[in-house]
Amino acid sequence: MKAAVVVFPGSNCDRDVQVALRQSMPGAAGNGGPVMVWHKDADFEKVDLIVLPGGFSYGDYLRCGAMAAHSPAMTEVVRRAKSGVPVLGICNGFQMLTETGLLPGALLRNAKLKFVCRDVHIRVETSQSLFTGRYRAGTALRVPVAHHDGNYVAAADELDRLEERGQIAFRYCEADGAITEAANPNGAARNIAGVFNETKTVLGLMPHPERLADPALGGIDGRPLFDGLVEALS
Amino acid sequence: MKARVHVTLKPGILDPQGKAIQHALGALGFGAVDKVRQGKVIDLEIAETDPEAARASLTEMCEKLLANTVIENYSIELDGGPEGPTPS
Repeated sequence: MKAAVVVFPGSNCDRDVQVALRQSMPGAAGNGGPVMVWHKDADFEKVDLIVLPGGFSYGDYLRCGAMAAHSPAMTEVVRRAKSGVPVLGICNGFQMLTETGLLPGALLRNAKLKFVCRDVHIRVETSQSLFTGRYRAGTALRVPVAHHDGNYVAAADELDRLEERGQIAFRYCEADGAITEAANPNGAARNIAGVFNETKTVLGLMPHPERLADPALGGIDGRPLFDGLVEALS
Repeated sequence: MKARVHVTLKPGILDPQGKAIQHALGALGFGAVDKVRQGKVIDLEIAETDPEAARASLTEMCEKLLANTVIENYSIELDGGPEGPTPS
């Protein structure tokens, strides 16, 4: 399995996600694991998975992810995503995916206007995807969030469609999996923390699974996401 | 040709920043303020003399980059004269 991580000026989780993926890839230590693709490179090698990392691409100018959505590498990512290549967008990567229209909705300023940086719980809404196959639906994971603009919005009928088609990947929840307003760190509609596209080949989520994928970091709830992806795409 | 683009949140989209401004104005004694919505103003200078061509080009800029039409509306002014909001 081959993976690429697209690096934008201002990305700051690109190495973290490379390391998290590499430890799930057997034999990857020998070849360095996922390749890093600079945002100006529209002509990168064929890969089985593209990751858009967290960070503050282009300084969050205009809107988070708006500039990145039109960079040369992203034009190619959109083309490949439309032909079925799986894409994972974490935090700023999720914002880019909504800006390109690969995922529905948008991410607004957090409802309480504060930058939120702490561990939260998210409930796995489905195990029926490339990304969540190693989790059991209904499980509550502990993963960190670190964002200012994670308040997911979409029109009510769009949200209904997402629910009907099983496109909601994760929701903010209590430690026991209960979906409550208190567990929602940013005001996201229906506690949505992550969504799939219609074919479930594109996932965007605000929390950072790569930051809790190694016992040395204090938790491994994020690791099955990478293990599952590698298994599904190898 | 000079142009000004206004980008505002669509009605119904919660604007926590606007709300915070409203509260701050209330605290300053401006209790009559019922609602605040915050938006953006973008000023551009375009090498174009035909207003219709400029408007067409600006509309494309708004659709592609300047506004996120999932959550935002935009309107375009040319040479200072407002010509009404663009429906979207």
